[in-house]
Amino acid sequence: MSPMSSGTPALTPASDRSLLVILGDRIASDIHARVRRLLLRLDGAAIPGVIDLSPAYASILIRFDPRHTDHDALAPRLRALMAGLDEMPLPEPRLVDIPVRYGGADGPDLEDVARFAGITPDEVVALHAGTIYDVHFLGFAPGFAYMGVVPEAIACPRRDHPRRAVPAGSVGIAGSQTGVYSCRTPGGWRLVGRTPLVMFDVARAPMSRLMVGDRVRFVPAAGGPAAEPRA
Amino acid sequence: MSGTIAVLDPGLFTTVQDLGRPGHARLGVSAAGAADSIALRIANRLAGNPEGAPALEMTLRGGRFRFGAEAFIAVAGADLDAAIDGRPMKSWSAAPVPAGATLACGMARQGARAVLAVRGGLIVPPVLGSASTHVPSGLGGLEGRALRRGDLLAVGDPVPGPAPVARRLRPEVRAPLAAAAPAVLRVTSGAHAAQFGEPARDLLLGAEFTVSASSDRMGVRLEGPEIPPPLAGRMLTEGMPLGAVQIPPGGQPVILFVDPQTTGGYPVIACVASVDLPLVGQLRPGVRVRFTMISLAEARGLLHRQEEMIASEDLF
Repeated sequence: MSPMSSGTPALTPASDRSLLVILGDRIASDIHARVRRLLLRLDGAAIPGVIDLSPAYASILIRFDPRHTDHDALAPRLRALMAGLDEMPLPEPRLVDIPVRYGGADGPDLEDVARFAGITPDEVVALHAGTIYDVHFLGFAPGFAYMGVVPEAIACPRRDHPRRAVPAGSVGIAGSQTGVYSCRTPGGWRLVGRTPLVMFDVARAPMSRLMVGDRVRFVPAAGGPAAEPRA
Repeated sequence: MSGTIAVLDPGLFTTVQDLGRPGHARLGVSAAGAADSIALRIANRLAGNPEGAPALEMTLRGGRFRFGAEAFIAVAGADLDAAIDGRPMKSWSAAPVPAGATLACGMARQGARAVLAVRGGLIVPPVLGSASTHVPSGLGGLEGRALRRGDLLAVGDPVPGPAPVARRLRPEVRAPLAAAAPAVLRVTSGAHAAQFGEPARDLLLGAEFTVSASSDRMGVRLEGPEIPPPLAGRMLTEGMPLGAVQIPPGGQPVILFVDPQTTGGYPVIACVASVDLPLVGQLRPGVRVRFTMISLAEARGLLHRQEEMIASEDLF
């Protein structure tokens, strides 16, 4: 079974109540666009029995109620939705600015990333904040956006030993991915800074500041410690 | 509202759960919900509630609760030696509770989780349409956390209809709902099964595993022979189904359970069939587990029969 890199998407049963649509085999903007297109079509189709859609880098997991539908009933509908997928126009993505205080107590791993890259911390900040990222998907925790692609020079791998508690708002790097911790949680990403923005709040509409398909720009904020994000 | 319940002792780990909040994976929101959904549904039926009404899920050691007003309750799942003011109450049964009485629960004799349902259901602010507590992200339930001593739980108004009566699930219906030893979990093939070699798949189905003490609602960790990793290289993070049997680099399987992260990066060799997901909620540390492979068609048929059983009028 070799996941396709282009051409016809593959449908694989993932359980007796879910089906995985594989749309590519790498982290790339053309594959991400394909995920967004299928997500829009699935939302529009509102297939009876489908209860949840879980997009990721190059796939969508379709969870369904096994009392109301099954793989055999879904497969032809999904194939029909995927016809001509790559020609479908996409709406212009939102561009979201996220203010970040880099370094110091807000970004305790900034120096490590600089050492990894063989450049100064300021140069790391310039590279991280000088790139516009795609929100590939949300996962790990409510409102946690997996974003890419981090410039290769600063694509520092995860820490060997994850922290027991990463403060909410922390901005991290894990290889070619970057993200903002949406709540206080254990985590192993290299923390380069912190935003005062609240990334997820059930009392707000929409709850999540970032959604699949958004584009994100990190904006270095002037000195002083980041405010404690409110829960 | 019809009365409150005071938490005198929360037990080991007790949360408010209903049937969860599926539908928000794209926000990274885990569905949560009762670990043993059959125990929740039957407890609610016994208590005269809609089957998904919010109830308490207790883990290994139950709590003590004082009822401020007269109530009607049901307990289901693992038997916690519950007693109302010293009067024993068997699992899978319903009984009235006088005002001021205390329900005291002990340790699970077998199984891991019990549901305490109260007629009228528990009232907590719904989050994304559900009362379920997801402790890792602090969503839902009572302030997004497990119960503490001193908490007060509000009970809702009963749905209209005949008052429920004290009764118990029939023994022949009860028996298959408890985990055997070793527990045998039926699985279907995982999304990455083909990337594992034949020896890995044979090992999964031939070996016996032990439930690790570090298991929780996010994942049931198993200890046993090391399952060789997939022949292909590393995979991209993708959406993970409930019950996925993931194989991390160490080779010790993890069953992703009701509080999982919505996406994951370890390959999935198999997935627990829906019919056996409630049994996963009854696996306690130290219990032995085996896997047996079934087809998707068999999984559908088994679930259909289980649903017919639960919907039957002839349960009690």
